[in-house]
Amino acid sequence: MEPQQLLIRAPVTRSAWIAGMLAAIALAACSEHPWNSPYPAQQADQNILYSSFSERPKHLDPAQSYSSNEVVFTGQIYEPPLQYHFLKRPYQLEPLTAARLPAPYYLDQAGRRLAADSPAADIAFSVYDIEIKPGIRYQPHAAFARNAQGRYLYHELSGADLDRINTLADFAETGSRELVAADYVYQIKRLAHPRLHSPIFGLMSEYIDGLQEYAETLEQADRQQQSRQAQQLFLDLRDYPLSGVQVLDRYRYRVKIRGKYPQFLYWLAMPFFAPLPWEAERFYSQPGMSERNITLDWYPVGTGPYMLTVNNPNRQMIMQRNPNFHGERYPREGEAGDREAGLLADAGRPLPLIDTVIYSLEKENIPTWNKFLQGYYDASGVSSDSFDQAIQIGSGGDISLTPELREKGIQLNTAVATSISYMGFNMLDPVVGGDSERARLLRQAIAIAMDYEELISIFANGRGIPAQGPLAPGIFGYREGQAGINPYVYNWSGRGPQRKPVEEARRLLAKAGYPDGRDVETGKPLALYFDTTGGGPDDAARLNWIRKQFAKLDIQLQIRNTDYNRFQDKMLKGTAQIFQWGWNADYPDPENFLFLLYGNNGKVEHNGENAANYRNAEFDRLFERMKNMENGPERQQVIDRMVEILRHDAPWVFGFHPKQFVLYHDWYHNAKTNLMANNGLKYRRIDPQLREQKRQAWNQPVVWPLGVLGLLLVLAMLPAVIAYRRHENQRVQAVQS
Amino acid sequence: MLAYVVRRALYAIPILVGVNLITFFLFFVVNTPDDMARMHLGMKRVTPDAIEKWKAERGYDRPLLYNAQADGSDRLTATIFFDKSVRLFGFDFGSSDAGRNIGADIKQRMWPSLAIALPQFLVGLLVYVSFAMLLAFFRGSYLDVSGVVLCVVLMSISGLFYIIAGQYVFSKLLHLFPVSGYEPGWLAWRFILLPVVIGVIAGLGSSGRVYRTFFLEEIGKDYVRTARAKGVPETRLLFRHVLKNAMVPILTGVVVVIPTLFMGSLIMESFFGIPGLGSYTIEAIQNQDFAIVRAMVFLGSVLYILGLLLTDISYTLVDPRIRLS
Amino acid sequence: MIQPVILWTDALVFLLVVVVLVFALYARNKEHLRAPWRQVVRSRMAVASLVVLSAYTVTGLLDSIHFRTALPETAGQREIQYSGEVLSVLDTLLGPVRTQVEKSYSAPFATHLYTRESVTTGEGETVRIFPRLQFGGAHLADPAHKGADIAARSAIAAAQAVSATAALYLLAGVMLARRRRRPLFAMLGQLARGETEIPWRTALLAVLLIALLVALLANLSAAYHVLGTDKVGQDVLYQSIKSIRTGLVIGTLTTLVMLPFAVFLGMMAGYFRGWVDDVIQYLYTTLNSIPGVLLIAAAVLMMQVYMANHPELFETMAERADLRLLFLCLILGVTSWTGLCRLLRGETLKLRELDYVQAATAFGVSRATILVRHLLPNLLHLVLIAVVIDFSGLVLAEAVLSYVGVGVDPTTLSWGNMINGARLEMAREPMVWWSLLAAFTFMFTLVLAANLFSDAVRDAFDPRLRR
Repeated sequence: MEPQQLLIRAPVTRSAWIAGMLAAIALAACSEHPWNSPYPAQQADQNILYSSFSERPKHLDPAQSYSSNEVVFTGQIYEPPLQYHFLKRPYQLEPLTAARLPAPYYLDQAGRRLAADSPAADIAFSVYDIEIKPGIRYQPHAAFARNAQGRYLYHELSGADLDRINTLADFAETGSRELVAADYVYQIKRLAHPRLHSPIFGLMSEYIDGLQEYAETLEQADRQQQSRQAQQLFLDLRDYPLSGVQVLDRYRYRVKIRGKYPQFLYWLAMPFFAPLPWEAERFYSQPGMSERNITLDWYPVGTGPYMLTVNNPNRQMIMQRNPNFHGERYPREGEAGDREAGLLADAGRPLPLIDTVIYSLEKENIPTWNKFLQGYYDASGVSSDSFDQAIQIGSGGDISLTPELREKGIQLNTAVATSISYMGFNMLDPVVGGDSERARLLRQAIAIAMDYEELISIFANGRGIPAQGPLAPGIFGYREGQAGINPYVYNWSGRGPQRKPVEEARRLLAKAGYPDGRDVETGKPLALYFDTTGGGPDDAARLNWIRKQFAKLDIQLQIRNTDYNRFQDKMLKGTAQIFQWGWNADYPDPENFLFLLYGNNGKVEHNGENAANYRNAEFDRLFERMKNMENGPERQQVIDRMVEILRHDAPWVFGFHPKQFVLYHDWYHNAKTNLMANNGLKYRRIDPQLREQKRQAWNQPVVWPLGVLGLLLVLAMLPAVIAYRRHENQRVQAVQS
Repeated sequence: MLAYVVRRALYAIPILVGVNLITFFLFFVVNTPDDMARMHLGMKRVTPDAIEKWKAERGYDRPLLYNAQADGSDRLTATIFFDKSVRLFGFDFGSSDAGRNIGADIKQRMWPSLAIALPQFLVGLLVYVSFAMLLAFFRGSYLDVSGVVLCVVLMSISGLFYIIAGQYVFSKLLHLFPVSGYEPGWLAWRFILLPVVIGVIAGLGSSGRVYRTFFLEEIGKDYVRTARAKGVPETRLLFRHVLKNAMVPILTGVVVVIPTLFMGSLIMESFFGIPGLGSYTIEAIQNQDFAIVRAMVFLGSVLYILGLLLTDISYTLVDPRIRLS
Repeated sequence: MIQPVILWTDALVFLLVVVVLVFALYARNKEHLRAPWRQVVRSRMAVASLVVLSAYTVTGLLDSIHFRTALPETAGQREIQYSGEVLSVLDTLLGPVRTQVEKSYSAPFATHLYTRESVTTGEGETVRIFPRLQFGGAHLADPAHKGADIAARSAIAAAQAVSATAALYLLAGVMLARRRRRPLFAMLGQLARGETEIPWRTALLAVLLIALLVALLANLSAAYHVLGTDKVGQDVLYQSIKSIRTGLVIGTLTTLVMLPFAVFLGMMAGYFRGWVDDVIQYLYTTLNSIPGVLLIAAAVLMMQVYMANHPELFETMAERADLRLLFLCLILGVTSWTGLCRLLRGETLKLRELDYVQAATAFGVSRATILVRHLLPNLLHLVLIAVVIDFSGLVLAEAVLSYVGVGVDPTTLSWGNMINGARLEMAREPMVWWSLLAAFTFMFTLVLAANLFSDAVRDAFDPRLRR
């Protein structure tokens, strides 16, 4: 009788189970929290900003961090003396911790003071005296913790003391202290630290007086210390003076720069020149700390508006408001239109406006985009393919969102990035490179054939403007309109630049001796090589597209695809032919673009950033002059000439300047894009109530398909069960009879 | 028994040495220390001097396998291979080339991997066995035939489709689960459910079909026929006898994967943003972090060998006739 | 004027064809080898899958005959110059589908682009519209007539397919009638009712289906992008068809690489035992312990280094991509021989104790002869089953490897690359679904057919399952 019992029991249990499930669903539906929310329910109404990071930052140490994904964090935590004004354009420096913008005075070789308008050639040194505001305090941190006697609690830790310590938060006591000028000096010294490999050490040692020698001193000291102790311990830089950087008093320090280097002020707005307390380095250099991943690279110490409280680069990084922040206020003035855009609504309010920022690890684009659409990320800052179709370009070329997104209240911010993506020719290559007329015509023909307008429309969905020269818009020296077009590639149509027809390119190619892409002498088809790294799915489409462009000239383009290291190798050895490269400006000065083509920066010869290995005597001479000039008509003239040389020689196909599109929800405020400033987080504001409302409206779970699915399964089973029961009954009857 | 286990453990040592050598060779052929330094120091403004320093600091300035300049035993020990590989045997993974301690990272990332892999394994086993039993129970009927066809169809779909489609339907259209992410502790279930469901469905095809044949083989045996002739009801026959005996090949077959559950799933983890060991390995390959790759390969090999050992032991447990020798 | 180009994989593919043919000739006269095959072709499922697999194979083979065309002569030319582009016979057959490239995305059967573009009208005003496609539906004066046009073309295609199949039906009838010495009409009737021993009716139905598809595509694809176009305007149908070769090459060449290892080492270990066995076991346990992805990643990187250092060896891009494909097969072979090797070792251990092997040993037959004459033939069924089962797994693996970034060259058309690209397209709004669907359908059909066929093969060859 057992099978029947089982069959009778089964439906009961099943219906009970279904009822239970329905109850659970009803219960869950009653709770306000959307099912697909990736965050805990108690965070719903809090003043928390949600963002993502795709790659764990490698360095958060201000002496080392250079990548844009690291600056996202260091920019909020460390405060260099200067910053860019949040709202004003063109970009303008203003004091952050400094009392005022430092103005240099000049010395000649003998140390005599020179007048401010002395010619650059006479200036041997520029001296910057920087004064910082008093009363600024560091974030609470264990390194500052002291007992009643004033002794540091955690500076002499033994192995046993560290037993229960896994993260920085496990230290019970914290302390703080006032920011002093010595901290800034300490950090500049760290740029030469033998164990830190600061990426700007090479550059800065050319400018900061005595830095090069200082690095040698430190290296010796480090070696001596290591010979005494096996472990690498704290190297106290306070014991080693640096001639070019001195503490004047508690709030003032002096930096002595070789020659005239007006761009130095821009560097003073980067975390490389942020303060670093010696206590922190002393604290982190204790044995046992790095085994627990408690290092300055993972737990920064700063005076900025936020402090990093959770750093789990495997999953989540959390920044919280620094309780000791010095009460900076939201700017009261901006550029025209900012007030109308609501960007001055918070004028005068103490910063920061958001309490907590949670960054979650997102490896894939699609989930990130989907979560943004569901309201779980407040802004979609990264320029990714995902929002290709979110944007449409209106009849007047104005950019707007698609109706679906506008309906959700999503808003859009665009800004042309101060960067350039270009296609470079290796000037050392026998075919495309060199100063011969033939190669130059070939390069000019390719420049016309590479239809960057199409590239922008297909691959960036209009997010970019074709470059007319190396300078990005917004940089001094960039020219708008007809005066700014590249006459070798474009015609002026009356309304805008018009790319020359392909026939023109074919004519140039024929003139270069390759009619129809064939060598006029041998008839051999012209084959060029494109060296690249990518291997992703989008790269395949891009490579196809580039081949299509060359095919317009009947040139066979062979793709030589390798890994990143091999590509770097080729570039260093100068064996690449045509390549794609980009540059993101460090600071808004034309020098930061034009040095990419300066002969003495040649990649092969000098291991510099001039990847095309371009060298033109006149250009180099003009560059040296332009470098130290103040912005003005004279500098503009020099730059115009330099750009003209480049356009004629065409060592680059000037690609395009990408536009940064930031999408954000309507509960996200003060979202003005500032491409130079990296500390914009403190100005942002969110409306958590509105966010919670919208999230609930957008994320109602849809359950019925599951019910349908279950029903279908039951239906599929039913006939078999019936057949089986009949069969069993027959058997029972057969046994009974 | 104990002697056997010890012997197998000793046997593992040459295998691990071999694994280490292969990994080492493969990685350094494609990845010179210079490459690694350049990768880690970033793109902008890197000087050759900085590269030399980076290498010296991490011991990559030594010869790969044989140090001709050193004396005595140092000739073999003062090399990159010795320096970087020997400590692994004490499970001391050192720090990654990016400066983080690998052991600490592995300990932390192991749990999310396990949180996905273990439920997927257990639920999967339960579902596959019940499914196979259902088909075996209704063998020959339309249910069996369509079940087998379903298996073949499921087997013919690429694993990527399950993930893409699952995320699209359940997260984007139906709003039932978070798209991706992870939360430690009990809150994790909301993030785990979808990957587990997708993983189970993706494996249903092959496992369901194999288990079905196990059941059918068992049902075809003489003792089952005898029992049936004696009038033992079909359901009892299936649950009492057939299930017990068919579980033997099933269980011994899956034992080998149990230790490797720790390693996580490469693709599932990166699609769902789960901070486990699978995504750790992929990231390391992409970032060319030799230290992590070597550690993960070593760990994977140890766990695999452990799995083999467990399999052997499980054979003896279920079948007393097999003796370990 | 053409110059034949023989790529590495081409050569190996045709080597494989030769091997299969030789084996077929060999098996023709051996009853014990013929019998299981006869059983295979009696299964309707197997016959239908065989027809599908043949269609794929023919496509793949056509795509494996490569050549370069000569360029028109110019003045001063001393020798004939060939284009750098390597084409295959399939490319020429597909003709317009390959060359009709649009600007960007367009949906299946679309007449307009999928994205808006700025167009300057006659009055000098810039408007954002969906422009007409350059080729897709370009022959239509009014896109509204699309439906009627498609219907008309489909009708022609159906007629073609039906008549072709009917001709084949007649042909089969005549052949069978002659062989069986029966009247033609009776034979045709028998065929139509499906009363033949080999399910010819199923085969014909499958052929009809494929003929219908081919005819439809042939008629429609010249005028429309039947499966739409991708990001740079390439026809998705063309990509899907070209991917067939990649899938087949990976599925078959990998086994070709793996078989010698697995068979040779497996038999050696099982037969000689002792230290040989120890060494071989050590070898495969060690290889097995290394996560496969790492091994593959390292090998692919290694080959890239080689190519970067020797650019002069690779004249065309096709050769570079081909070498990467070959390398992938090699390394997949290296990682996948261990399973079969273990199986063969176990089986050999059993077989060597059997009477007839013992007897041969006692008669002083040399070891090599015993291995080749007595053991190998009795292991062949295991090898065959492993090969057919592995095939579908390898086709699927390609997609996953592309995702991890260590698959075939990004310029090689493959389903893996298509799926990988489609991941990004899925997030577009409105969604671009056709690439994913096309790759899915083509891949699924192949793998399903392969799985069904391998089932039949296993049933026929595995003595344990024979009832």
